Amino acid sequence: MSVHRKQDAPDERNVLDTTKQGVLGEPLERPEGLLKVTGTATYAAEFDAENCLEGVLVTVPVVRGKVTSIDRESALQMPGVVAVIADERLTGRAAQGMAGEAPFQPAQQVCYWGQPVALVVAESFEEARDAAKHLAVEIDEDGDEAPLDPDAVEAEQRKPTKNGDLAHAMTQAVHSVDATFTTDGHASAAMEPHAAMAQWDGQSLTVHASLQMLKFNRAELADSLNLKEEQVRLISPYVGGGFGSKLGISEEAVGASLAAMELGKPVRVVMSRQQVFQTVMRRSETTQRVRLAADGEGRLTGFGHEARVSNLPGEEFAEPVLQSSQFLYGGDNRLLQLEVARIHRMTAGSVRAPGEAVGVQTVEQAMDMLAEKAGLDPVELRLRNIPDKHPAKDKPYSSRKLAECLREGASAFGWKEGPRKPRHTREGEWWIGSGVASAARIHAVVEAKARVTLRPDGTALVETDMTDIGTGTYAILGQVAGEMLGLSLDDVEVRLGDTDMPPGSGSGGSFGASSCGSAVFLACEGLRDTLAEKLGIEASDLSLKDGFALWEDEKKAITEVLDGKAIEEIGHFEPGKSTEDYAVASFGAFFAEVAVNHWTGETRVRRMTGAFGFGRVLNARTARSQCLGGMTWCIGNALTESLLFDPTDGHLANCDLAEYHVPVHRDVPDLEVLLLEERDAAASPIQAKGVGELGLCGGAGAIANAIYDACGARVFAYPMTPDRVLAAMPEA
Amino acid sequence: MRPFDYQRAERLEHAAQLAAGEDTMALAGGTNLIDLMKLQVETPQTLVDIGRLSLGEIADDGEGLRIGALASNTATAAHPRVRSDYPVLARAILAGATQQLRNKATTGGNLCQRTRCYYFTNIDQPCNKREPGSGCGAIDGIAKLHAVLGTSPHCIATYPGDMAVALSALDATVEIAGDGHERSVPVREFHLLPGDTPERDNVLEPGEIITSVTLPAPVGGTHIYRKVRERSSYAFALCSVAAVIDMADNRFTRADLAFGGLAHKPWHDPRIADLLIGSEPSAALFDKAADLLLEDAQGYGENDFKIPLARRTLTAVLCEATGVEA
Repeated sequence: MSVHRKQDAPDERNVLDTTKQGVLGEPLERPEGLLKVTGTATYAAEFDAENCLEGVLVTVPVVRGKVTSIDRESALQMPGVVAVIADERLTGRAAQGMAGEAPFQPAQQVCYWGQPVALVVAESFEEARDAAKHLAVEIDEDGDEAPLDPDAVEAEQRKPTKNGDLAHAMTQAVHSVDATFTTDGHASAAMEPHAAMAQWDGQSLTVHASLQMLKFNRAELADSLNLKEEQVRLISPYVGGGFGSKLGISEEAVGASLAAMELGKPVRVVMSRQQVFQTVMRRSETTQRVRLAADGEGRLTGFGHEARVSNLPGEEFAEPVLQSSQFLYGGDNRLLQLEVARIHRMTAGSVRAPGEAVGVQTVEQAMDMLAEKAGLDPVELRLRNIPDKHPAKDKPYSSRKLAECLREGASAFGWKEGPRKPRHTREGEWWIGSGVASAARIHAVVEAKARVTLRPDGTALVETDMTDIGTGTYAILGQVAGEMLGLSLDDVEVRLGDTDMPPGSGSGGSFGASSCGSAVFLACEGLRDTLAEKLGIEASDLSLKDGFALWEDEKKAITEVLDGKAIEEIGHFEPGKSTEDYAVASFGAFFAEVAVNHWTGETRVRRMTGAFGFGRVLNARTARSQCLGGMTWCIGNALTESLLFDPTDGHLANCDLAEYHVPVHRDVPDLEVLLLEERDAAASPIQAKGVGELGLCGGAGAIANAIYDACGARVFAYPMTPDRVLAAMPEA
Repeated sequence: MRPFDYQRAERLEHAAQLAAGEDTMALAGGTNLIDLMKLQVETPQTLVDIGRLSLGEIADDGEGLRIGALASNTATAAHPRVRSDYPVLARAILAGATQQLRNKATTGGNLCQRTRCYYFTNIDQPCNKREPGSGCGAIDGIAKLHAVLGTSPHCIATYPGDMAVALSALDATVEIAGDGHERSVPVREFHLLPGDTPERDNVLEPGEIITSVTLPAPVGGTHIYRKVRERSSYAFALCSVAAVIDMADNRFTRADLAFGGLAHKPWHDPRIADLLIGSEPSAALFDKAADLLLEDAQGYGENDFKIPLARRTLTAVLCEATGVEA
């Protein structure tokens, strides 16, 4: 049985507010948490098989060219080496998120420094690694110099958003800001490296892998290998962080599969940390010009946001920097323009909140500059510029807690109202200041299926190929099912991460919880209908709580209703027009206090408050954790994270976690999170929006504004490392 | 990682004999060497594990202190005499790496740790230190972490450590044993400038092993270790200053300063102490000290900022030590 719903209209029934179990939204611990913290959850590289061989990818130190020969023979002379795989089906880069088809092939066509071109397979990992380092690969380097500098090439323009005349509005403005910002590239920096272990039985392929979106990955892998999708099974029950880097199938999974098919033995491939950094996905560096025109009261009359990003030739993805600029603030005269420079650095793709993670913070700095010019409290300036409806598309917002987040966040933080003047507080060597920024992130939902079985013993089983990338999927899907079926979380078993189960949405774009949660919800609605039918009552009269069916004054154990027979439903959720008719997005506000060292320009975040509204909260604990993670990334984004590319050959210089600086514990102070509950009927049947990325969308701007408030250094380049802060510090 | 022979030394003489072999390296904590072997930056034929030798003791040595070569960084930083008599050393050690690394890292190994230059650790890039004659990728490349003092056209790498910077300020001595001989080298002379031989980090000859570091009698004063870095832990110094300062009648009586993150070795310039001692502290004097320090400083674009940063960091440390406000 299956329940299918395409959501063409808001679901105002708010069914989950009428159910009785009271498990949804509770701050419950993740059921798999103990496995993870005790090291007993099995990750991709930890699955074992008899006679498993080890593969190591061979990368080449060339920017662009074609592999002309590979000296297999001398590699095969080395101890333990079993094979050198240089099949035309090997891929030299990862698939973009939701591609559903093979990424660029063949790998022998080299497009960036460090691209994998072959795989060495040996009996031990050490032997394979040594042979991979020694494999002689001849490359016919492309004679033309490959462009490496995004600012030195002509860029392709994407379709702009234009309303009115921004240039004119700028000349007429009482207050205006015209500022250009840069952000450096980012790596996802997931803790678990990319890994796959493939087994081939002559007909079908089973791959244990670390991937975020299995139904797409299955199609990508099958297409890469020229297999039918039905021949491929992917298993990925736990993923040690994805952050976008595991959205698409990548080189290790294709390589392990090809090797397993050729050798008829299981083959495991684990990328080294350096390979993860050098080959997977980068967030593009950006250059952004923000123009704001305002009247005497600080109300926006013009809003401009233009950005240049980069990618490899042929890659469609362009860091969607302007995504939230479409709808966050008003201004009748608008110009939003994105352009893509084609350069030979590794693929640019989705990294932690693509777009907003670098696009909101620059607008928020410009807003801060405008507040200063208009002599307004920065919070007040933002409140004045919250538009009544989508500023370019004339449609209403489905729900929006932006004003409440700004007000309640300010109150919780202890924000001092009024216009700001920098360098007001000094403690010893340290300048102290605070800053604010709005948060915004687009909403997305994706087709998803889940099967829910109510078993004769009264417990439930939820099954979908949806993944848990550390976000809490096991918990929240169990809570949705428990709420709908009147069961505690202990009585709901959730199985994830196996393409033998119904295809979920996958984890990405903050859409997993609302999409797969809706599929589970729909399946449970079907089960409730069946139970009501068995009881001979209307489903609307049925309540389920603690394993009992309740209606009027009657009460009956669910086990009794089932009478020894399991019932199951597949919920099938499909996005429809409801998200087109409304501007649907998640909103919030950040407040940060920083200390900037007068002598050295070192900046330390002292405290941070984030207030967020993202529809229904499914689990207050995991939602809060998501926000904490996002705010931690804000600190890295603002202060330390930067991919450093060599200007001569374009190689990534800082390719490990010692040199690519994500925040350490000591950089992350007490973070306060406020969850402002709301219901968004247009967003999904469970009235939830996304939270995974929201905590990262704008907060670096609050830190930048706090740096300015503290010491008077207005820094236009992210990350704001000591050298950049010192260079901008007055009288430094 | 290339296949290698592993030998475990049972006694010091045995270790020195083993270590004298061709392509042989001594293994202590392994926190740097093993990483570099995985990357094939280091490819010794033989590893001599000296971890079982009795070189871990921290003990009084006349009026000073002898820190065994195998004493862990954690043990040294926590030692009561280090904390009371040489706090600059404890502070410098605790400013480096992470707790897990400090638990494994040793005194001798720390002195011998290699640069973190990105071109040194990537075998597909030119590096005169790793492969003499191959060129220097950093001079026209990513050089934010690199040296501004004592560089050569062949190498602009920095010595990355913190502990040795404090040892330089304290004028400690490195005790070395070879096959049948022993010698002592002041820490200030232990590390080398790159010159024409950037492949040589220090004065150790093949077969020589560090046995201990000795600290002279305590001198009192104010001990400061100031490390400037992008994040507040687990990052190498953009610039660091180790200072042992003493005053009498508002004049400097001691000004032992050493600098990290600026050169191929912990930087010590005796002219700075000569300038400061006997003078009254003032912003103008500190500026003169910085002038001396940075007289021959040369930036390479990306690291130009280190020159003003070093000036400011030195000023901050001298202000902190003397109470001068600037």
